[in-house]
Amino acid sequence: MARFVLRRLLQSCVVLLGVTLVVFLLLQLVPGDPVRVALGTRFDPQTYEALRARAGLDQPLVAQYFDYLGRALTGDLGVSFRSGRPVTSIVLERLPATLSLAVTAVVFATLIAFPLGILSAIRSGSFVDHAARVFSQFGVSVPDFWMGIMGILLFAGVLGWLPPSGYVALTEDPAGWASHVALPAATVGLVTASILTRFIRSSMLEVLSEDYVRTAEAKGLRTRVVVLRHVLRNALIPVVTVVAVQLASLLGGVIVIEVLFAWPGIGRLTYDSVQARDYPVLQGAILLVAALFLLVNLLVDILYARLDPRITVR
Amino acid sequence: MSDRAVLAVEDLTVTIGTRRGPARAVAGVDWSVRAGETLALVGESGSGKSMSVLAATGLAPRSARVTGRVHLLGTELTGLPGEDRRRMRGRHVGFVFQDPMTSLNPVLTVGRQVTEAGEEHLGLTRRAARARAVELLDLVGIPSPAERVDAYPHQFSGGMRQRVVIAMALACEPDLLIADEPTTALDVTTQAQIVELVADLQRRLGTAVVWITHDLGVVAGIADTVAVMYAGRILEQGPVDAVFTNPSHPYTTALLAARPDPDGGGDELVTIQGSPPSPLDLPAGCAFWPRCPVRGAARCEHELPPLVPVAADHHVRTFYPHHTDGGVPT
Repeated sequence: MARFVLRRLLQSCVVLLGVTLVVFLLLQLVPGDPVRVALGTRFDPQTYEALRARAGLDQPLVAQYFDYLGRALTGDLGVSFRSGRPVTSIVLERLPATLSLAVTAVVFATLIAFPLGILSAIRSGSFVDHAARVFSQFGVSVPDFWMGIMGILLFAGVLGWLPPSGYVALTEDPAGWASHVALPAATVGLVTASILTRFIRSSMLEVLSEDYVRTAEAKGLRTRVVVLRHVLRNALIPVVTVVAVQLASLLGGVIVIEVLFAWPGIGRLTYDSVQARDYPVLQGAILLVAALFLLVNLLVDILYARLDPRITVR
Repeated sequence: MSDRAVLAVEDLTVTIGTRRGPARAVAGVDWSVRAGETLALVGESGSGKSMSVLAATGLAPRSARVTGRVHLLGTELTGLPGEDRRRMRGRHVGFVFQDPMTSLNPVLTVGRQVTEAGEEHLGLTRRAARARAVELLDLVGIPSPAERVDAYPHQFSGGMRQRVVIAMALACEPDLLIADEPTTALDVTTQAQIVELVADLQRRLGTAVVWITHDLGVVAGIADTVAVMYAGRILEQGPVDAVFTNPSHPYTTALLAARPDPDGGGDELVTIQGSPPSPLDLPAGCAFWPRCPVRGAARCEHELPPLVPVAADHHVRTFYPHHTDGGVPT
């Protein structure tokens, strides 16, 4: 197992290296000159050249890339064009906000999707099943920003129970954090829950028709035991992937939702740095998201091996 | 008779709701099996042999409507709440299904799967159940059972898996073992071993066995009584010797004639022309009539022949018993 993890970590590093290259090259293709944008109205040729030289932008591309890579290895992702602060700390200070939103949303989603998906499958064709299907259809087809706006109107406007937007760190004020995270997490979580409910339902239905479920029923086991021990454990295997993909994509920041709720996460940061052509920050944000994605994938592979004995990790 | 029977079904019908209307899978059958006895249910795929057993034990699909009476150890099962039926089934009936590659749960150890019925119905502790699992795996001939008990199904061969399934079925020392084509998915040498294993266990444990099969060779070897099913009905039923030496229904005769000769006599397989009727649209008369070599009688087409005795305990559903030569009856 340790060897498996080590090998996967090494592979992840190679992928990350690829990510740096692709992002670096892509940003070269984006129209617009960051130095010009940074200078704005204070533009004059001398300052322009000086700033370009300071950022290393007058060097050849290859040199720029290896320079960037070398410093990235030591944890130095460069300096923001806009604020002049180190990118590493800008990106890392956005991490808790995104992490807490993503995790809360996924927990919220699984709490809804598992009972609903399971019930919907074992009582297929019943009222619960139809209700679950309407719910998931609603969740995947209604845009999340609209649901967010409706949430703000209802819970912040009409009822006045929750703040409409903003962020409080969990470490500073847990209660304040909870009241601020509730709306964005529920908005994002509702979409995730809809997708998950569908997957759990169809995965459960597939397993329910397996021969070994009939074997379990033939043994005279309680329905609860048959469903939880025999059906769910097998149905979980494909569902884990979906949960992981959802979590990973939420870790990448839900741009629209973070902007809507003024949530200072990675998504918001990405949005702002694109607007400002702040390439170093954008690069740093993308790199962090890619790293998180790879980490989640590694965890899923380990979880797979725990769930399915037919998969051996070597 | 039903007081001595382990499992007895009377006038059992199973109707399955399908998109194209109700399908009559079992159209009124009676059979019973006594302790230590083996009943073979024989028939082609779709003849209702498996469905009659599944329905009798409460394992019919949810879309099925079951009527008739079923007695397990003298207890009437029909009309019993599902919970009680579940308990009766787990405690007194063991099942061995067709394909051991799919009838074991891939993510649970074989030990866990063998023991869970004992934990549920006999109240065994985890520890006692585990010891029992090792015992059972040993009983069904799995080498070094103490180590294999923690292995997963994919680490076993097909024949060994079927032994695990048999161990599982015997976990609560059932009064009745239901073997639903347990050898069909296995290779020939393994088939013989599994048949021998079940026959041996039956002699030692005195269990009643219902053996569902289309393999007449197996029937001759292990069964005491046989019921030949076709399109949801029993066409011939009786002691296995009587049915095999004196087949009285044209269908049974044809089935026996269609057996491949193991000594290699003749190059061509004998077949029965045509195929069984759709359970969505069963004929009013004898369901076998369109394929019957004893053709000609208009009566067969429109009138259902009753099940009549031709000898002691030997019944047959035809107007023309013993017509085996294909001649038109007079």
